Amino acid sequence: MYFQLGWRNIWRNPRRTTVILLAIIIGVWSMIFLGALMRGMIEDMVENGISTMTGEIQVHHKGYRDDPVIENSMPDPKVVETTLNNILPTGSLWTARVRVNAIASNARHSMAVTLVGIDPVREAKVSFIGEAVNKGRFLKSDDKFGIIVGKALLEKFETKLGHKIILMSQDTNQEIASRSFRIIGVFRTEMESTEKQFAFVTIPAAQQMLKLKDAISEVSIILPEHKDVNKVTVSLREALPPAYEVQTWRELLPILNAYLEIFNGFSFLWYVVVFVAMGFGIVNTTLMAVFERIREFGLFKALGMKPWWIIKEVLTESFFLLVIGMAIGNILGFLSVFALSENGIDLSSLAAGAEFAGISRVIYPAILSRDVVLANLVVFVLGLLVSIYPAVKAAKFTPVEALAHT
Amino acid sequence: MSIDIKMAWRNIWRNPRRTILTISAIVFASVLLVFMLSFQFGSYSAMINSSVKIHAGHLQVQAEGYQDKKSIRLVVSNPLAVGSVLDRIAGVTAYTYRANAFSLVSSKERTYGGIVIGIDPAREAGVSTIKKLIRKGSYLSEGDTDKALVGELLAKNLQVGLGDELTVMGQGRDGSIAATVVKVKGIYSSGMDEFDRSSIYMPLETFQDVYAMHGAVNEVVVIGTSLGIVSRIKKAVQKGIKKIDQKHPLVVLDWKEIMPGLLQAIEMDLISGIIFWFILIVVVAFSILNTFLMAIFERTREFGVLMAIGTAPRRLTKLLLIESTAMTAIGIVTGIIIGSLVTWYFQVYGIDFSGSSDLLSQYGISGRIYPQLSLLTAFGGPGAVLLITTLTALYPGLKVRHLRPVEAMNAI
Repeated sequence: MYFQLGWRNIWRNPRRTTVILLAIIIGVWSMIFLGALMRGMIEDMVENGISTMTGEIQVHHKGYRDDPVIENSMPDPKVVETTLNNILPTGSLWTARVRVNAIASNARHSMAVTLVGIDPVREAKVSFIGEAVNKGRFLKSDDKFGIIVGKALLEKFETKLGHKIILMSQDTNQEIASRSFRIIGVFRTEMESTEKQFAFVTIPAAQQMLKLKDAISEVSIILPEHKDVNKVTVSLREALPPAYEVQTWRELLPILNAYLEIFNGFSFLWYVVVFVAMGFGIVNTTLMAVFERIREFGLFKALGMKPWWIIKEVLTESFFLLVIGMAIGNILGFLSVFALSENGIDLSSLAAGAEFAGISRVIYPAILSRDVVLANLVVFVLGLLVSIYPAVKAAKFTPVEALAHT
Repeated sequence: MSIDIKMAWRNIWRNPRRTILTISAIVFASVLLVFMLSFQFGSYSAMINSSVKIHAGHLQVQAEGYQDKKSIRLVVSNPLAVGSVLDRIAGVTAYTYRANAFSLVSSKERTYGGIVIGIDPAREAGVSTIKKLIRKGSYLSEGDTDKALVGELLAKNLQVGLGDELTVMGQGRDGSIAATVVKVKGIYSSGMDEFDRSSIYMPLETFQDVYAMHGAVNEVVVIGTSLGIVSRIKKAVQKGIKKIDQKHPLVVLDWKEIMPGLLQAIEMDLISGIIFWFILIVVVAFSILNTFLMAIFERTREFGVLMAIGTAPRRLTKLLLIESTAMTAIGIVTGIIIGSLVTWYFQVYGIDFSGSSDLLSQYGISGRIYPQLSLLTAFGGPGAVLLITTLTALYPGLKVRHLRPVEAMNAI
C-alpha cells in the first residue's frame, strides 16, 4: 500500500517531480560519468606504470631495490625459475631481465639510460616493448650487437637506424665495461621520458658485456586477469630463499599507489559534494509536498494512522524519487561512457601537461563496479537520511490542528 | 523602497523554511567554489614557485637551441654583457650564471651519469633555494675550487659521504675530454627525486676550467620580484640583449617555456576543475528551481487577482525575478563572506597534507598547501552561481506571463 500511495503522490505534481528528478539525474550522471573518466585516467596510469618495465610482481636479489647495482643481481636464476613454475597460476607470464644504469653515447652526445637485457620472446608478452617498436625490427634471441632505443633518444643523439651507439656501465669487476651496439629498432611510447630512459639489448649481450655469466637483475611477472597479486606475492615470499625479495607494483611504484589512494578519496568526496547540492533540493521538494498536504496527514491521523506509518509513506515517496533519478542517471552515465569508449577524450593539445602529470594523451573512461556502487549508495542512503526531516515533520501534525489548516 | 521590492521581500519570507533551504544550497555552492578555486590556485602557485626557485628561475637567457638540445657548445659567450643589461632592468631581483654538462660521475665503487652544473655560489644563493636545501655539510663558498654539492639520491647511489672524492668525466666545450676530481662538500635534497638523483653542483670557475668554457656559460638565470612582472622583464631583456654580439643568437625564455609541462599540467587541472564545478552549479540550479517554480504555482490565484486589478504581466515577471535574484544575492554574499573567511583561515595556517607528502614533493609542494584568496577566486565561482541561477529563474519568471486572470483566480 505504501508503494501505491507513494507512487501516486509523487505524480500529483508532475512538474515538481520532474524538476527534482532532473537534479538527481544530472547529479548521478555526473558521478558516474566524471567518475568513469577519472577512473579511466588513473587505470591508464596504473597500466602504463605496470607495462613500463614494472610488471605486477617483481623478484629481485635482496638490496637491489635500494641499490640497483650489478653486485645485487641474482647469480642463479634457476632457483627462481623453478619456484615460479611451481607457484604461479597457469596463464601467468614472466620474464627475466638484466637491468643496470648505463651511459649511452655517440660521437656527439651522451646521456644516462637504463640498459635492459631482455628475452625478446618472453618480454614482448610482459611489457610495452613488444608492441612499441615502430621502426626497424624487434630484437631476436641471437642478436649480439643489436639495440633498441626510443625515438626521443634517437633524436637527441641526432642519429638514425643502423648507426652505432656505445653503452658504458660498471661490470662485476667494478671496471667500466663498454660495448658498441647497432640500432636495429626504434620504439615509441606516450611518454617521452620512457623513450629517453630505456635501451634494450638481449640478455646474453648484456651478460657478456657486464661479465655477469648467468646472473639476472630482476624477474617481472604478470598474472592472468590481474588477480590475486597479494596472494601470489605472499606465497612467492614464502617459497623463495630469504636472499630474494618479492614486491608488488604497489610497493614498486609508491607514487602511483599514492595517486590511486588520493583519487579514491577524491571521488568519494565528489560524490558527497554533488549529493549535498541535490540534497537541498530533495529536502525542499519533499517539504513542499508535505506542507501542501497538512490536511491530508491530519485526516490520516484522525483515521488512526500511526506516526510511524506516515514517516514510512513520506520516505517511500523519496525512495521513488531517488530510485527513478538514479536509474535514469545511471543509464545516461553508462551511455555517455559508452559513447566515449570508442574514441576517448583527446588531450593532445595539452600533451606536455599530460606527460608531466604522467597520463596518456587520450583518456578512455573506465567503469568500475566499485565506483558505481559507491556513487549510488551515497545518493540512496544520504537521500533517505535527509528525507527523514520532512517525514518527521509530516508525522508530527496533530489531527486537530491539521484539519483546521486551510 | 519601491513597492515591487517591498512585495518581493515579503514574498520571500512567506515561507522562511523553504527560503532558508534554498539560500543554504547557494551558500554551500559559493563557499565550496571560493575555497576550492583558492585552493587550486594556491597549489598552482606553490608548484610554480618551488619549480622556479629550485632550479629554473623566472627567465633564462640562453643561446638559441640550447633549451632543446642542451649541448654544451651552445653558449652565452659573454655572460657579463648580459649581466650588465640585467643590472639596468627594474624588477630583476637577482641573476646568476650557470653551465651544464652531462658527465660520468664516479666514486670509488660506483659510476653514474649525471648533470654537472657549474654555479656562482654567491649569485646562485640569491636565485635558487639550493643553499637552503643542503641537508648535510655546507654550501659552496666564494673561492672554493674542486668542491661539489651532490643530490641526496645520487650520493646514496654513489655511496659517498661528505669529504669523499668524486671523479667527474665528460666532454668539454671544444670536444676535448674534461676530467677532474672534486670533494663532496654538501649533500642536498629538493624532494624531487628526478633532480636529486641526477645532479651535482660545482663552482662555475672550476667548471669553466675543466670543460674548456673560456669564460662562457650556458644559462643566465633571472629572478624577478614576482611572477606577474615576468613578461615585462622578458621584453626589456629581449630589447637589451639585441646589441650583444655573439656566434649563436641569444634568446630569452620564461618559466613557461623552460617548463612547458608544468604550465600545461596546471591548465589541465584547471580545465577539469572548471568542468566539475560547472556541473555542480547545474545540480544546485535544478535543486533550487523547484523553489522558484513553487513560488508561482502556489500563488496562481494571487497572480490572477493582481492581473485582474490591472498589474501588467511584465511587472509580475519583474517581481518574480526580484524575488529569485534577492535569494541568490543573499546566498552568494553570505557564501563569499563565509568562503573568504574559511579560505583566509587556511591561507594563514595552511592545510596539512603530510600524509601524501611523498607524492606532493615530486611536484615541489611541501607538506602544507596554502590556498590563495584573490578577487578572481572569491567572486568567480559565486558569479557563475549567480549567472546560472538567474537563468534558471527566468523560466518561472516568463511562465507567469501566460496566466489568464480568470482561469488563474479559479485555480486552487
